[in-house]
Amino acid sequence: MARHWRAGAAGLAVLGLTLTACGGAKVGDSSSGSNNAGSSGKCGTFNLAVNPWVGYEADAAVVAYVAQHNLGCTVTKKNLKEEIAWQGFGTGEVDAVLENWGHADLTKKYISGQKTAVDAGQTGNKGIIGWYVPPWLAKAHPDILEWKNLNKYASKFKTSESGGKGQLLDGDPSYVTNDAALVKNLKLDFKVVYAGSETALIQAFRTAEKNKQWVIGYFYEPQWFLSEVPLKKVSLPTYTTGCDADAAKIACDYPVYNLNKIVSAKFAKSGSPAYNLVKNFNWTNDDQNTVAKYIAQDKMTDEAAAKKWVDANKDKVDAWLK
Amino acid sequence: MTVAIEKPEKTKAVEPAAPAKGARKVSRPMMIGAILVVWLVLFAVLRGKQTLPLAAADLTDLHRRINDFNDSIGANRNSNPLFLYFFNEIRLVIDNLVTFIQHLISQPSGARPVPQVGWLGVVGIAGYVSWAVGNWRVALLAVAGFTFFGLQGLWQESMDTLALTLSAVFVALLFAIPLGVWAGLSDRFNRIMTPFLDFMQTMPTFVYLAPLTLFFLIGGASATIATVIYAAPPTIRITAHAIRNVSKTTVEAADSLGATRRQSLLKVLLPMSKRTVVMGVNQTIMAALAMVTIAALINAPGLGANVIQALQSLDVGTAFNAGLAIVVMAIVLDRVTTAASAREENARRSKNTFVQWRRPLLGAGAVVTAVLIYLSHTYLWAADFPGDGTIGSHIASAADTATNWAQDNLSGLTNAIRDAITNGLLNPFQTLLTDSPWWLVGVVLVALGVVFGGWKAGVTTAVCVGLLVGTGVWSDGMTTLASTLVATVLVMVLGIVFGVWMGRSVLVDRLIRPTLDAAQVMPPFVYLVPFLALFGATRFTAIVAAIVYGAPVTMKIIADGIRAVPETTVEAATSAGCNTWQIITKVQLPMSRSALTLATNQGLIYVLSMVVVGGLVGAGALGYDVVAGFSQGQLYGKGLAAGLAIVLLGVMFDRITQAAARRASA
Repeated sequence: MARHWRAGAAGLAVLGLTLTACGGAKVGDSSSGSNNAGSSGKCGTFNLAVNPWVGYEADAAVVAYVAQHNLGCTVTKKNLKEEIAWQGFGTGEVDAVLENWGHADLTKKYISGQKTAVDAGQTGNKGIIGWYVPPWLAKAHPDILEWKNLNKYASKFKTSESGGKGQLLDGDPSYVTNDAALVKNLKLDFKVVYAGSETALIQAFRTAEKNKQWVIGYFYEPQWFLSEVPLKKVSLPTYTTGCDADAAKIACDYPVYNLNKIVSAKFAKSGSPAYNLVKNFNWTNDDQNTVAKYIAQDKMTDEAAAKKWVDANKDKVDAWLK
Repeated sequence: MTVAIEKPEKTKAVEPAAPAKGARKVSRPMMIGAILVVWLVLFAVLRGKQTLPLAAADLTDLHRRINDFNDSIGANRNSNPLFLYFFNEIRLVIDNLVTFIQHLISQPSGARPVPQVGWLGVVGIAGYVSWAVGNWRVALLAVAGFTFFGLQGLWQESMDTLALTLSAVFVALLFAIPLGVWAGLSDRFNRIMTPFLDFMQTMPTFVYLAPLTLFFLIGGASATIATVIYAAPPTIRITAHAIRNVSKTTVEAADSLGATRRQSLLKVLLPMSKRTVVMGVNQTIMAALAMVTIAALINAPGLGANVIQALQSLDVGTAFNAGLAIVVMAIVLDRVTTAASAREENARRSKNTFVQWRRPLLGAGAVVTAVLIYLSHTYLWAADFPGDGTIGSHIASAADTATNWAQDNLSGLTNAIRDAITNGLLNPFQTLLTDSPWWLVGVVLVALGVVFGGWKAGVTTAVCVGLLVGTGVWSDGMTTLASTLVATVLVMVLGIVFGVWMGRSVLVDRLIRPTLDAAQVMPPFVYLVPFLALFGATRFTAIVAAIVYGAPVTMKIIADGIRAVPETTVEAATSAGCNTWQIITKVQLPMSRSALTLATNQGLIYVLSMVVVGGLVGAGALGYDVVAGFSQGQLYGKGLAAGLAIVLLGVMFDRITQAAARRASA
């Protein structure tokens, strides 16, 4: 009997659904929204690589928003690590990388070697790399911000991982880092411990500030996390041109990186308005941090974060579109 | 869940154990003790010599040669005929398959702002198919699960993940079932296949992700192929096993009736092994889902992308929400395929009225489903999931609250546990392994291999040790080995405690098992952030992550082993006056010894498969090398070598423990 009942119920359900359906909006109706007007401008598809850190996500969010709304491009964002993103220039799957940190090996391989990529100028962001400590520590021991005093505190930085020495925490393997050489050449009683990811690094600093723990580690600006916990930079011996020529003998601070944009050679020649946008795109560390904060801390979507910034900075955006 | 079911069967499938050693004069524990004493003495003398260290940025010649090879492939990919006529063709076919399924259920296609089949249609199909191949209970589960994705606000992402999983499983089965049948029919082919399958399953995905994009470009096709490589082995193994296990007399009967080889394959072997093959398909689906997050690193769309992106800003709640959707999808697919494998048997047992009504009901169901598909194709309300996914944001904020609470209240306790285990167990052990000369460790490993597994295992170990030295990452390998073994010891402790508890009580089993399933399917990326807060960026965090992944398997295997101890034996012991403790230690555990060795084997392999994830949270060593190889071009060769080292460790453990298991059951 139960089977009869089930068949009957199914029939009723169909009937009900069909009836309620009569009033629904149909796919393809003009009233059905999401008819993105102007999305088929002359721009076409714009393939934008998104490398995995929030600062970059902010760059990409804003450029994508402007490309979509002001130029009518169809933007395809691709979440990729740097190495893979550069690979994509040659195969036509990536048009632009918006925030490049040095990467001498990739430059050599793809720009001067395979000639599939070209430099599209600076983003205006200054990349600062260095060793940082949580604010409470800088306040309690101000002299720690000078590298010469680090050995004095080395034992405080000991952890279960550092084998009796102080621990210097490094992050993601894709970071540009000379830390192992620095520790050796500056004769510091420290051991470089690889946290392995940016997530691990940020969490370590966050916990350290909250629980007043001793942590020193690699970090960089621009970075959204600095607006949550304003880490303090430890000064290393001043950078002079060429002091980092021999990787094994480096004993000086990191240079300030002028972050730049890389595009595929094909894209640069295509005459797409999106290329002009990428070329003209230029803003400050504060700008990037603002958008990154919207995304990471205020948990806005990329789109909403970009809109908020673009609406408040019409003049800058207009300059990019010239 | 991935390998849990196949391994015991594999053990049985290999040829009978070598004849037991007749005249063993010294007992095994004594020999192990002697080896360890010799090791400690030599360590004290030779400490720090010939340890083969290699700094994080250093490379060996082998690593450089692999780099050059990789670069030359990249530079010539547009002129090489192998690319133009082989890889590009494969890519095209798979890409079309993925895009087709995506347009069907997840992505807008052509001028349509929505996919061809909307949410109502997909839910209808899921329910109908589950009911047709399984039963109405799993159909309800499927409908509820799929609706839940929408309520979480993750409908499109879930469908992208489903589309990728379906295409990967489809492609995997296309190859895996014929290969499995072949391996089932031919012992020789089986022997050739086994090392390849081991390799495919233990090689960390990070290693071949970058070259895959070189061969098959970024996106759906590469993600699918990466998934196929990882997910196909279970089906091959289980199909081979199923074919092999069809009773000899049945095949002989068919032969004597004059059946050709082809006929006996199609009419006897395949139908009779169908049930087991479906279990293999189940394992393949689960393995494919485990790849969802990692494939997101090469721009595979779907839930994995949500997890990775949320992780960048340490947004545990959002990552958990997406992870939960993956778990739900895994549970639905698992239960449906399991029900499918048991359906015919159950149907035969149930009353005849069912069979009578099945056809008309199936017809009616098909009509209902067709109507639902039509509605979802035509009307917006049935195409776009209504609502704004508020349940998802509730789940996310609840997960955030729980995480914060744990971080604020437990970190004192967790740090104490971490320091105790790191200083008391891990550090001394690691020092012993990394500071002993490499040849001493090698000799000890070979000797232990011989003692545990016999001469054959000893030879395998010797080969593995030799190759490990050749990879150039020996020292990192020993660091990883130390953490892996400590993690396995902890996994076994937990496995025995919970396994025995579950094995003795059906109720406990029922309560705990869903949690175990979830722990195995939840992408580790989700719980890394809370673990980092609780344990810091340390090797111990990696160990904890490995335990979460490895302990469920061992618990399940041990529980099954305990349950398999004959009821009568336990009763006899009870009537002889044994108390519970005595029954467990004197009867149940000794009698399930082969289950225990198997559990150790699986625990080790699972722990080893988390080494790379450990590299992301401070474990360093091989895991870090692999991740670094994926991130930096000039470290690619080293990453590959580290990946190989992980495979070698895996093969070494697997052969030793399997040989030991065979001895235990002999």
